[in-house]
Amino acid sequence: MSVEPAPSTVDESVARTSGAASPTGSARRRLPVAGLIALVVLILLAAVPLFVAPFQTSMLARMLIFALLAVSLDLLVGVTGLPSLGHAAYFGIGAYTAGLVAKYWTAAAPIPLLAAVAVAAFAAAATGWLAVRSHGVFFLMLTLAIGELIQQLAESWSEVTGGDNGLSGIPAVEVAGQPLSLVGYVYWYILFFAVLGFAVIWAVSRSPFGAALRGIRDNEPRMRSLGYSPFRYKLAGFVLAGAIAGLAGGLFASQQFALVTPADLGFTTSALALLAVAVGGAGSLWGPAIGAAVVVLIRDVYGPDLDGHGTLVLGIVFIVAVYSLRNGLAGLATTRFRRRRSPPAADAPGSSPPSDPTPPNLTQATSGVPPSGGLPANRQEGHGVDEGSKVPGTDDPPRHADDPGERRS
Amino acid sequence: MTEWFADNFVSILNGLAIGSLLFILAVGLSLVFGMMDVLNLGHGALYLIGAYVGYQFTGGVSSWSGFLTALAVAAAFGAVAGLILSVATQPLVGRGHLDQALLTLGVALVVAEVISIIFGDDVQNVVAPPGLNESIQVFGNTYPAYRLALIGIGAVLAIGVWLVIEKTSLGALIRASVSDREMVSAVGVDNRKVKAGVFAFGSMLAAVAGVLGGPVYGARTGLDETVLLLALVVIVIGGLGSVRGALIGALVIGQVESLGKALYPDFASFMLFGALALVLIVRPRGLFGSKVGAG
Repeated sequence: MSVEPAPSTVDESVARTSGAASPTGSARRRLPVAGLIALVVLILLAAVPLFVAPFQTSMLARMLIFALLAVSLDLLVGVTGLPSLGHAAYFGIGAYTAGLVAKYWTAAAPIPLLAAVAVAAFAAAATGWLAVRSHGVFFLMLTLAIGELIQQLAESWSEVTGGDNGLSGIPAVEVAGQPLSLVGYVYWYILFFAVLGFAVIWAVSRSPFGAALRGIRDNEPRMRSLGYSPFRYKLAGFVLAGAIAGLAGGLFASQQFALVTPADLGFTTSALALLAVAVGGAGSLWGPAIGAAVVVLIRDVYGPDLDGHGTLVLGIVFIVAVYSLRNGLAGLATTRFRRRRSPPAADAPGSSPPSDPTPPNLTQATSGVPPSGGLPANRQEGHGVDEGSKVPGTDDPPRHADDPGERRS
Repeated sequence: MTEWFADNFVSILNGLAIGSLLFILAVGLSLVFGMMDVLNLGHGALYLIGAYVGYQFTGGVSSWSGFLTALAVAAAFGAVAGLILSVATQPLVGRGHLDQALLTLGVALVVAEVISIIFGDDVQNVVAPPGLNESIQVFGNTYPAYRLALIGIGAVLAIGVWLVIEKTSLGALIRASVSDREMVSAVGVDNRKVKAGVFAFGSMLAAVAGVLGGPVYGARTGLDETVLLLALVVIVIGGLGSVRGALIGALVIGQVESLGKALYPDFASFMLFGALALVLIVRPRGLFGSKVGAG
């Protein structure tokens, strides 16, 4: 399996985009460090099957898959400001699609995955067309409803999906006509596509398109007045996130002895993905990946030791994360790089009045947007959607381009 | 028409019973959200506490004393839990729905797991008190007496809550808080006290609903998620923060759950969330929603 192309993909996207996005000194200084860390992590991940037992390798594969799901959700939650409670639906659609294609048509390498991505993207487009019209808690509810509907479909359409028993007997992936029979090969296959998916999200998030999504998250009326169509951008973000979740689902179905059940696209999976995003730090992309690893570790490794009550620990992690990790693990890491903390006054909890037309209160606490909504007279007028404009109204020092998680709250 | 009505009479009664239960459950959730913008995903866990309190105190034996004790204990439990939740969500005011949703979801996970550690994963039955424990004849149909009582309790509670909200000064305060809590705060009312009170009241009703629902749904793991989703559908359909909306949403969803399943068994599972999606698309703020909660 070739995993070589992956490092360069990540590196290029990091170099190109952060160089263009934030020409501040701190960004330039930290860039090689971030790239280096990414490279080292990637090499370590690629070397895993050579040194680690098959059971742990497949565990890591599960973490990678869940991390990809969490990162795709972060594109919605952290970057676009659309907290979804039904994101696992597209994951599940991808998993079922890949499994069915592999079982009844062909298991040749990228075809099940491509089908998974295509069908999940189509489903995300069809449902997102309705969902992104709503705001805040109604978006939460609508995505929840869509997720539940799709789960019901998976349960009741048992001729195709296997109903509650799930879809099993999915053949191993074939690369160049050879089925991947060893755990290590399957792991590399999953790693390759997970890194690819992560790189796509990373690149999109650093692109002008990603900056526009952030702009919509922070101040939708202003973006509209600048000539952007929030609906189109949000829909595009939703479809992309759904497609990558579908890719994660496709990878889920390519695991050895994969079993896809309706629970994989249900509320619990969506909630766990959201937990991974919250623990890792929304908006940072890499944070949720680590958060996902933590979640899988607690659920699958420590869960059995606790008589299957790993969920108890997850619940406690949920509570702790909300209180003490306002920006998640990513927030912990980036605060160390800041020269001084923003004054606590900037965090003053102005509870937003219900009529506030700005996007969900996600950015309320630190963004300093006046609660009256409308077009606030920001102190950094003119930056528009430039990534460098960061948080209007706070006097933080310039920060590295990859810490938008700062503003999630 | 009358024939159709007679054929489906039992289903309609069941729908009314489910609707009553859902109203008791959902009205607190709706008020808390409408007033304080707190989306309490722990509401289902409060119901679950009530259901297991009911199991603990009746213990499979039909007795009035056990049932009433269970109601009292669940009410106390619920009120205290509501106060705790109110205090716990206070630091998150202004941080958005997602953080509150995550916190309460975490609390719900912990509560559900602790209950499953204490009581195990078996399905437990809660027996209705004597007298309500049997079936009676209603227009030629045999029907469980308890469910009729449930419809009655739901009706009484609905009238009671409506009277409190619409006719008392306390209710005026609550309504004022729903429509403009900054203004209420500006005239000198401590928002946190109103919030704590409504939270405690709503949570108490949720726990009481757990006991009341016991003889119908029993007590089992996973019930919290089921009822939470139902309650969310009810309040979103009815409109957040509206008592009347919660009542009508509960009655509609009760019939969807019961009559819908009886008439169209193949589509029953889609109808619930289909109805939700439909309402949200056609009337994004719910049938009786104000602009409250638009955030």
